[in-house]
Amino acid sequence: MPDHAMTAAVAHQFDDRDQQKEAGTLGMWLFLGTEILFFGGLFIAYCVYRIKFPAGFAAANEMMDVTLGGLNTGVLLLSSLTMALAVRSAQLGKRVSSFTLILVTMLFGLAFLGVKGIEYYHKFAEGLFPGEGFRFEGSLSRQAEVFFSLYFMMTGLHALHMIVGIGIMIVMAVMTWRGRFSPQYYSPVEIAGLYWHFVDIIWIFLFPLLYLIHVHT
Amino acid sequence: MNTDAAAADVNYLNNGRTIRSWLLTTDHKRIALLYLGSIILFFFVGGFFALMMRLELLSPDGDLVQADTYNKLFTMHGIVMIFFFLIPSIPAVLGNFLIPMMIGARDLAFPKLNLLSWYVFILGGSISIYVLAAGGLDTGWTFYAPFSTTYSTTKVAPAMLGIFITGFSSILTGLNFMITVHKMRAPGLTWFRLPLFVWSIYATSLVMVLGTPVLAITTLMVFFERMTGIGIFNPAIGGDPLLFQHLFWFYSHPAVYIMVLPSMGVVSELVATFARKQIFGYRFVAAASMAIAVYGFLVWGHHMFVSGQSVYAGMIFSILSYLVAIPSAVKVFNWTATLYKGRIWLQTPLLYAFGFIGLFTIGGLTGLFLAAMAVDVHLTDTYFVVAHFHYIMVGGAVMGFLGGLHYWWPKITGRMYPEGWARFSVLVLFVGFNLTFFPQFLLGYLGMPRRYYHYPPEFQVLNVLSTAGASILGIGYLLPMIYFAWSLKKGKLAGANPWGASGLEWQTPSPPPTENFPVTPAVVEEPYQYPSEEEVARA
Repeated sequence: MPDHAMTAAVAHQFDDRDQQKEAGTLGMWLFLGTEILFFGGLFIAYCVYRIKFPAGFAAANEMMDVTLGGLNTGVLLLSSLTMALAVRSAQLGKRVSSFTLILVTMLFGLAFLGVKGIEYYHKFAEGLFPGEGFRFEGSLSRQAEVFFSLYFMMTGLHALHMIVGIGIMIVMAVMTWRGRFSPQYYSPVEIAGLYWHFVDIIWIFLFPLLYLIHVHT
Repeated sequence: MNTDAAAADVNYLNNGRTIRSWLLTTDHKRIALLYLGSIILFFFVGGFFALMMRLELLSPDGDLVQADTYNKLFTMHGIVMIFFFLIPSIPAVLGNFLIPMMIGARDLAFPKLNLLSWYVFILGGSISIYVLAAGGLDTGWTFYAPFSTTYSTTKVAPAMLGIFITGFSSILTGLNFMITVHKMRAPGLTWFRLPLFVWSIYATSLVMVLGTPVLAITTLMVFFERMTGIGIFNPAIGGDPLLFQHLFWFYSHPAVYIMVLPSMGVVSELVATFARKQIFGYRFVAAASMAIAVYGFLVWGHHMFVSGQSVYAGMIFSILSYLVAIPSAVKVFNWTATLYKGRIWLQTPLLYAFGFIGLFTIGGLTGLFLAAMAVDVHLTDTYFVVAHFHYIMVGGAVMGFLGGLHYWWPKITGRMYPEGWARFSVLVLFVGFNLTFFPQFLLGYLGMPRRYYHYPPEFQVLNVLSTAGASILGIGYLLPMIYFAWSLKKGKLAGANPWGASGLEWQTPSPPPTENFPVTPAVVEEPYQYPSEEEVARA
């Protein structure tokens, strides 16, 4: 019976649990590598235009809500903390604590998306979404439109990753509640955590690039 | 005794006969066949567009189609052939089938992800088929901004979505292969005991995993430019169309290596098996695959010599492009050296390998012409370029794919193809291919631009030759389809190892059982250990 419990979670293609865990973990790291390249295209575009249009980016930056952006940065950092603690709890076999922490992580994620939604609403209302309705005072309007094109692409893609992350957290919460994890087998929580931290780190780059231009120009 | 015999007869093909057992399979061998069916379908769709183009170009005027239709023909030909045939061809079919078998594993590391990749591929493919049905696309397969983002009136946004989605199939497949090679190798199978096919698929996967995300984000940006006011490439608001070209070619040049590296892996296997020799300089051939994958990311600017990028950038890209020739030549020389004094067994797969080596060499050397900036200014956007990349992609990649398909056909189906017909079709393909594309080198050198539906009358002779060649080439592709289908029922039973080849995939029955190996094999030696000439003589 203990033998069965040990092997139950090993998929048929793997020899043992260690191999399965290593494959899963390495798979997630490699996937995060592809994500860096994915966001990398936008970061390159940002660099090109930031160098090309320093004045326009600085002017557009005046329209950003540093308070809400800063608040969101704090929220995400806290969510990374609770995520790390959730992994630790899973590792120690503390089911309820792990479940609660995953839930809190998820709530922080939702809070982030809520704040982001408010920001988007303001930007739309102020006519800062690129296209026909774009309104920007002064001679740098076209450069500002490029800035806001990048702003919406980058933060939108990041928000999409947050939504996926919250979906993963729901799965993890359910699995944790059902007692699927143990000190011997908790790699799904750990791997989900890797993804969550990655999405967090992307924001850590987005925040200064999009909100804090005026601080360093 | 009876139960043993019955158990031996259960293989991956007859283990479940319902449609459902195929559509929900996580067996890498079955998924390989799902891919095979899908890409053959796409190949004939893409081939149809090629046929229409060649028919139009029989005469200098627009008799069959006019400019708008012709623009759509070459666009859809490129998209279908590149994204839906060449890129998945060897990796998703032969790679899927062989990687676990060659490393002594029961399956890939993530079998469900593998099935998901196929569905993602089919979803992306369906959207592209919708684009065809809904009026097509006329941007060229390169989707250059601002034409694609602003001016084209065709279905750019859905086409971008289709390519974006298909890209994830490529990313997930590459990821699956890399993790499998890292973590699933049989006991004793060290990195330098891996078959060269595994090395080249590993290198290909690296390109898929690192390059495709950049294409994904680029197509996503174009998609949003079409759908909303976002204008990252839109010159009307100061956006830079050249940035699109940089991002596009950052993927699309390495994509050439996604197409040709797997073929190189196939050729290494074929040459070793049919020369009955260890590959000459095994480690160099393996390292050359990795070098090509890495260099491949540093040369994209050679597609942009006339785009207005700086001359200094052009010079650096030109020099780096020359560097790619070194690992490519290492491979060609090492295959040749392997054949030297080998005990050659001239079977169809080896004929394909010969075809690959010859045509790839021509394609590669003409690539050096194009990597030289001054020559490229003259040849940019002419038929010389078209001929060059078809020598690589059709002469190289497709020859390798067909060679591999013939070589592993007995393993996949348990039956032999008819050798006589197969040899005949190699000949037809080789003649047809050269007759199609060699005249295009001349046309390009004489100045005929690509992507035009009509041309000055003095180019007609060479164009007629090319179209004649294309008809022969078409027959060369149809023949294997027919005799492969025939061999499924009527072919001679192959047995486990009809070629007497080394390699783990030949140590299990044909077709293999679902679990690949009854017992996980242990590897104790380097690959391609064939008895030497003296040992054979003594025996």
